[in-house]
Amino acid sequence: MSALQIRRADGILTVQDMGRPGHLAQGLSRGGAMDRLALLEAAALLGTSAPLAAVEMAGAGGAFAVTLPTRIALTGAPMAASLDQRPLRWSATHLLQPGQILRIGGAQAGVYGYLTPAGGIGTEPWLGSRAAHLTIGIGAALAGDTALPIGEDPDPERPARVLTASARFGGGTLRIVDGPQTALFDPAVIEAFFATAFLRGPRGNRQGVQLEARDRFTTTQAKGLASDLIAPGEVQLTGDGVPYVLMSECQTVGGYPRIGTVLPDDLPLVAQAAPGAVLRCQRISLEAALAAHRPEAAVLRDLAQRCQPLVRDPASIPDLLSYQLISGVTRGDDLERA
Amino acid sequence: MTTAPSVAAEVLTSGLDGLLVRFSLTPDPAAMAAARRFAAALQAAPPKDLPGGLTEIAPALVSVLVRFDAERTDRAALRSTLERIAGETVQGPLVMPDPARRWTIPVAFGGDQGPQLGQVAQALGIGEDAAVAELCASDLRVLTIGFAPGQPYIGLLPPRWDLPRLPEITPSVPAGSVVVAVRQIVLFGADSATGWQQVGRAALRTFIPDRAEPMPLQGGDAIRFARASADEIARLAEAGDRMGGARLEVLR
Repeated sequence: MSALQIRRADGILTVQDMGRPGHLAQGLSRGGAMDRLALLEAAALLGTSAPLAAVEMAGAGGAFAVTLPTRIALTGAPMAASLDQRPLRWSATHLLQPGQILRIGGAQAGVYGYLTPAGGIGTEPWLGSRAAHLTIGIGAALAGDTALPIGEDPDPERPARVLTASARFGGGTLRIVDGPQTALFDPAVIEAFFATAFLRGPRGNRQGVQLEARDRFTTTQAKGLASDLIAPGEVQLTGDGVPYVLMSECQTVGGYPRIGTVLPDDLPLVAQAAPGAVLRCQRISLEAALAAHRPEAAVLRDLAQRCQPLVRDPASIPDLLSYQLISGVTRGDDLERA
Repeated sequence: MTTAPSVAAEVLTSGLDGLLVRFSLTPDPAAMAAARRFAAALQAAPPKDLPGGLTEIAPALVSVLVRFDAERTDRAALRSTLERIAGETVQGPLVMPDPARRWTIPVAFGGDQGPQLGQVAQALGIGEDAAVAELCASDLRVLTIGFAPGQPYIGLLPPRWDLPRLPEITPSVPAGSVVVAVRQIVLFGADSATGWQQVGRAALRTFIPDRAEPMPLQGGDAIRFARASADEIARLAEAGDRMGGARLEVLR
């Protein structure tokens, strides 16, 4: 099997895929990529029918190499990437040859970047998923000088592709539907919550992301609540009224009240909001949410249609003069003379 | 138990692919029984009685989350099915359903393994020995599993065990700790901070990633604690299977 070598890890690097749903009754949350859309983009770019296991890079990437020629996709938070010093487009695929060094720097916007080899990461799955789940000790953050098995690229000759990633790397508006505990909050508190411009707070990880504001949002009905099932997307208010959006590694039950559920389509916005980004919340009806929601399979189909051939920008080619750019040049009157 | 069986069920939207059937907002014993009975009834319902597309049935303490594939599920039909079954459930009897399985779990109580047994017994107004006897004799079930994979909430103990959580959090109790509060017992799967009081310790690990079934306990399982010495627990902890001498009987 081919390998993806991690020569250096600069950010927090973990293997992630779409997670392992279906184990809530056993206390295990789905886990998986923070920005699921980035894995769908990688699948669209690489031409695979389903998302692959990838390296999730929180904050920054590192240095990477491969043992067999393989295409890779770079998606999610844009990071400065280069292959043997040659700059690489983000949200695009590139062919990596053994001996070349892929360098991925810090996030220029957003938080989580993804490096997906065309054959997927091939580590041993656990309960049907390769995703690291750090809070319960499944998998681990990847250190430098490690090698991950990767599947063979099914089509290394496939031309490179690029797409324009949907804007989600600097905050925005989260559409929120009422949940089972919305009615525990006073209407005036709900109104104030939805009128607030939050900043993505300093606290945030794969379990949840803090929404920061001067105001607090509490309910008198929180005391004595039985713990209830919680899920990614729910907006939980801690005892002192600070909201957190629950993310992929959240626990399965919690005792704090929740004011609503972020539309899954908007969770990539939460994941990619760096501390200080502005996040607003918009309360929408279930009917409006269902109308707006795109299932992931449909999103993947749409993305595949949006991919374009990657045309290299001449400005990024350092050895431009060595290319034969104008072969077949003629005097321009060949046809007349014929 | 003579709790008046007056429980109402609500079916509530939980995200785009979930409906939550809730029997109470508070940890009411009748609602706990209702949630467990409802989940059992739903799991036992013949597929023809359910709309297609269900993906997950997850019971919590007093509620059950039903998740579905929104693309393939008639939401209104599912809601009315859940309302019908929940309506039947609250008619009673509101007692825990008969367990399908029973675990007997060796636990060392008191001493270093249960440093707060003394103060628990004192709060109950009985001796340590009597408190342990009551823990081991109670008809206990896994009420729900959560917070950490495989970690059980076990109950309910007799009403006098309605002990409050401690105001001071114990920064760390070791994996396997048996802690009590609010008529319930938690068997910690990993080292944990807790406001509950530690009365004992088991060698059973409730989350064993490399086991075929990594989370051995299931909601609704009957639990019986068997008194063991600290030495026995230490010896059981050395066994490679990390099951700590726990024994499983299938009852039906």
